[in-house]
Parts: sequence; structure tokens; C-alpha cells
Amino acid sequence: MIKIGVPSKGRLMEKTFDWFGARGVTLRLSGAEREYAGRVDGIEGVELVLLSAGEIPRELAAGRIHLGVTGSDLVREKLADWPTQVAELAPLGFGHADLIIAVPVAWIDVDTLDDLDAAAAAFRRTHGFRLRIATKYHRLVRDYLTTHGVADYQLVDSQGATEGTVKNLTAEAIADITSSGETLRANHLKILSDALIHSSQAVLFLSHRADWTADNRKTLSDLARQLDVTVPKT
Amino acid sequence: MRSGVERATSDRLAAWFADQGATLVEADILLPAETLLDLYGEDIRARAYMTVDPVQGEMMLRPDFTVPVVQQHMAGGADPATYAYSGPVFRKQTRAGDRPSEFHQAGIEVFRRDQREESDARVFALINQVLRENGLTLRPVTGDIGILMAAVRGLATSERRKQALLRHIWRPQRFRALLDRFSGRAPVPQARKHLLDRLAKGSPADLIAQAGTFTGLRSEAEIAARVQALTEDAQTPALAAPEAALLYDLLSLQAPSRAALQHLRGIAPMLPAITPAVDRFAARLDALAAQGIDTETLPFEASHGRTSLEYYDGFVFSFHADDPALPPVASGGRYDALTAVLGQGKSIPAVGGVIRAGLMTRLMGEKP
Repeated sequence: MIKIGVPSKGRLMEKTFDWFGARGVTLRLSGAEREYAGRVDGIEGVELVLLSAGEIPRELAAGRIHLGVTGSDLVREKLADWPTQVAELAPLGFGHADLIIAVPVAWIDVDTLDDLDAAAAAFRRTHGFRLRIATKYHRLVRDYLTTHGVADYQLVDSQGATEGTVKNLTAEAIADITSSGETLRANHLKILSDALIHSSQAVLFLSHRADWTADNRKTLSDLARQLDVTVPKT
Repeated sequence: MRSGVERATSDRLAAWFADQGATLVEADILLPAETLLDLYGEDIRARAYMTVDPVQGEMMLRPDFTVPVVQQHMAGGADPATYAYSGPVFRKQTRAGDRPSEFHQAGIEVFRRDQREESDARVFALINQVLRENGLTLRPVTGDIGILMAAVRGLATSERRKQALLRHIWRPQRFRALLDRFSGRAPVPQARKHLLDRLAKGSPADLIAQAGTFTGLRSEAEIAARVQALTEDAQTPALAAPEAALLYDLLSLQAPSRAALQHLRGIAPMLPAITPAVDRFAARLDALAAQGIDTETLPFEASHGRTSLEYYDGFVFSFHADDPALPPVASGGRYDALTAVLGQGKSIPAVGGVIRAGLMTRLMGEKP
């Protein structure tokens, strides 16, 4: 039996069900309304597990699920050296969002990473502490800023309402996921023009650590054929 | 099961340094994080293990000995002083592999106001000698960040541009991006041009007001100050082509040490600011030769040691095994500015180096 982890609610779940459904694999909720139980029709040997999208990377890494649908941003953020732990089977074409850096619109002198770096140096001299960037994507943001040689900043943790941290004076800038940019504009923030950290979408991932028995491999290749995706050789 | 061999090797190396006149010192394993965060910035979080103490706040497992040894020295060490140490250090490894996240280092640090080049040579020669005495013939690489810094300080450009380059001397990519812009090789970003055009018609205060609702701690005065800096920078002429070419040439200089010296002597008339640093390089080569090092063949790379999480500002060196996937077996350098940062007003020239005892043990076991 191979287990496939799917986000347990909202548009991500519906779109995932649609994507599989269009390929002849029916995922559906079973049991009572609000009960997190599901079933798979159209193929034998596949079990549906409903999980929070944020937990799916961890479950994949641990091998407790064989396949999982979650955002490419979450896998990169939560799993160190992610390609050694999971493989991307297929981008699903929905759940698009960009991880970007945004600063107050009033910062007329800042448009690029180069500007942010220079502003951070001056900010540190003036205020005596490093310029604060609020985010929940610590790994992705830090790796990106290290690679691009930005200094004199610090990351402060923000697990929600990140756009509000600037107004609340708990951060000077933010790094967050945005799709339309409306929340940014409403909070008087603008996006740096050259700092797209990651362009995310929902992806079907495969766990390298799950128990890939001969039976499970067979089920996987049947499923892959039906979904028209290629399974990487391991 | 962790064997005791690595630790025994590390302790033996430190004892050997002590026999050569160093004082053995200890350092805390659990260090206050603030000092290291101030020094290295956010990058250190990706490399060092952080934890939280209920009273002392954020703490860090010792990522190297240099910072605690410098702090101990600055708090009241003898002058001059030579220290040796041995113990575990901790580094997060971001990739699965065989690089350990806990390993032993043995090292030596020399704090001395005179005889700088002799001290550089002594630290290099001692590490070279102890590696050889243990049967390891490794490939040394040397460099001198002081020459690059002197070249930047001597550029015919604004102080602001020089400071921007010096601030990123350890971040080669951003340094390069700045140099490309200052020398006119990279275009001025579109948004910058647009801003400068608009400033011709309105004051910074007007533009800030037009941009929308003001939020955040960074004040209008701070924004206006940087706008002023940008305006001035736009009027700063690009680096003269020959000067820029010399700097690009310097960044890529790799040659045996004596040949490198000759090359640097050759460009010094066109970049006179580097002459004192080149003189120090020459004096160091003589001091190394006096220690029995073959400076005709000793490899020199002008950009060696320019990695983030470093603090070297003069001589730098490392010793490498044949396998390029392995980290350096030994490395070190001069860090005069670090002692000023950590010394609360005091400073003293310093140079040091470390040996990875576990890697050394492994290589000793592999040799025929």
C-alpha cells in the first residue's frame, strides 16, 4: 500500500483532487463532513492521507508517506538539502506564489538588493542593530541573502500577518509569499525588483525514504503511467 | 562510537605548540551568541548551533576558538603572548555527507605588536612542521587580503565607494557587483535612473510624500540621507579603465609567491597605494624563507581567504589534501581588525591557525 499525503482543506485540496481526477484517479473525502478520512478510486493499492500542507514535507522526509502534494516553497524551507530527501514528480500548475522581499513604499531610495544592503549598513550605524526582516522562510531567505552577499540584516520570526510587522515597528522589511500583491499594497509595502527568492507552486513529491517494496514500486509505476508522470530512477 | 584518537591527536598537537613556547588555554564551549552574531551577522545561524539559556539569552556552541581566545586575551593577557588550545568545535552541515558537525581543532594564536611578518611566518612554519612530522605532505595555499584592501583604499574614487568595497571584501560576489558598477561595466539600474530624474524636479521629502503612506522605523531623514548619497554617487566618475583593470587583475592573481611578488612590484607604480602592503608581503616571504619554507614554489592567490564568516585582513593560508572534496586540513591568517572589534577600545595585531585533528588522523591512517 502506498500512502499519498494531500492538503486537508481549502483550495489546495480541491485543486489537487481536480488534478488527479482529470487523470482518472479519484481522490475523495469519505466519512462524515469535517472528518479527515479519504479514499482513492481508479487504482488499487493507494491510500489517501489528509494532512496540513505544512506537515507534508516532514512526513515525506520521514518516509511515513510515499507521495505528497505540497508547495515547492515549503519543501525547500523545511528540508535541508531537499533533493537528497524527496524528488519532484510533477508540478501541478496551481498554488502559484512568489517568495519576495518587500520594503515600505516610502523607501524611495530602495529598489534592488544592492539598495537594501546599503540601506541596512546605514540603518545599523544609525540604530545600533541590524535591519530586521520579518519572515517564516528562514532557510530560503538566509541562503538567498548569503548567496547574494547582503549583510547587516537579521531575520525575525513571523508566522502570520507578516505584512503588519513594519507598521508595528517589529521589522523594517519583510520576506513573504505573495500572489496578487494586494496585501502588500494595503500595508504600504513594495516588492524589490530583483529579489525573487523562489517562485512556488504545488508539486507532487516522492519520498526517497518510504518503504519502496516491490509491490509498492509496481503500484507507483501503475499510478505514474495513469498520471503521465516520470518516476526518477533511484 | 566516537573514538578517542581524534581527541588524543588534537591534545598532542596543542602540547607540541606548547613545547614551542605557547601557553595552553581553555575556552568555553557555550558562548553568548550576541558577540558572534554582531561579528558575522545572520550567516552564522546557518553554520553554528544556537540554543537559548533562560537567563543569558541566545547562546551558541563554539564554532571556532579564535573569538573566545581573543576575548580572553583582550580582557587581560600578557603582551606579547602566544596561546595554544585543543578541543571540539561545532558546525552545522547543510548537506548530507561525511563532513562531521562536531570535530576537534588544535590551534595556535600569536598576539604581538612588533615583528608582524615574522609572526606570520612562524605560525605558518610551525603548522607546516607539525604536519610534516606527522608524515603529511599537503599542498599549501597562501594569500594576503591586506594587499587587496590597500588597493581598494588607494582607488581614485569617493570615500563612500571605497567603504562599500571594503565592507564586502569577504563577499566576492557582491564585491564584484559593486566593482562592475563603479567601473561602469554594469549599467545603472533603471529604478535608480528614474529616481535621479525625479529628484531633479522634486525634493526627497516630496517624493517620499508622493510614494504613499509612511510606515516603519527607518525615518524620512535616513531615506533623504541615502538619496543624497545616491545623488552624489551619480556624479562620481567611473573608475578609470586602467585602474579598474588593475584591480580585476589583482583579484585573479595566482602564482608562485616570488613570481607573484614580482608581478605586484610591476603594478605598484600604477597603484602606488599597495606599495606598503607589497613591502610587507616581501618581508613575509623573507621571514618564511628564513624558516626554511621554499618561497619560490609556495603558491599565492590574491583572493585566497575571501569567504564569508572570515575575519582575516592580512596574511592567509591553508593546507590541503589531494582530495578536493575535503575541507582544508589546516588554515589560518592575520586578523588585526578583529581584536579592535572585540577589544572595547583596545587592539593588538594577531595571527593564528588551526589544524583539524580528525581529518589529520584520517589522512595519517590512509598514507602508505
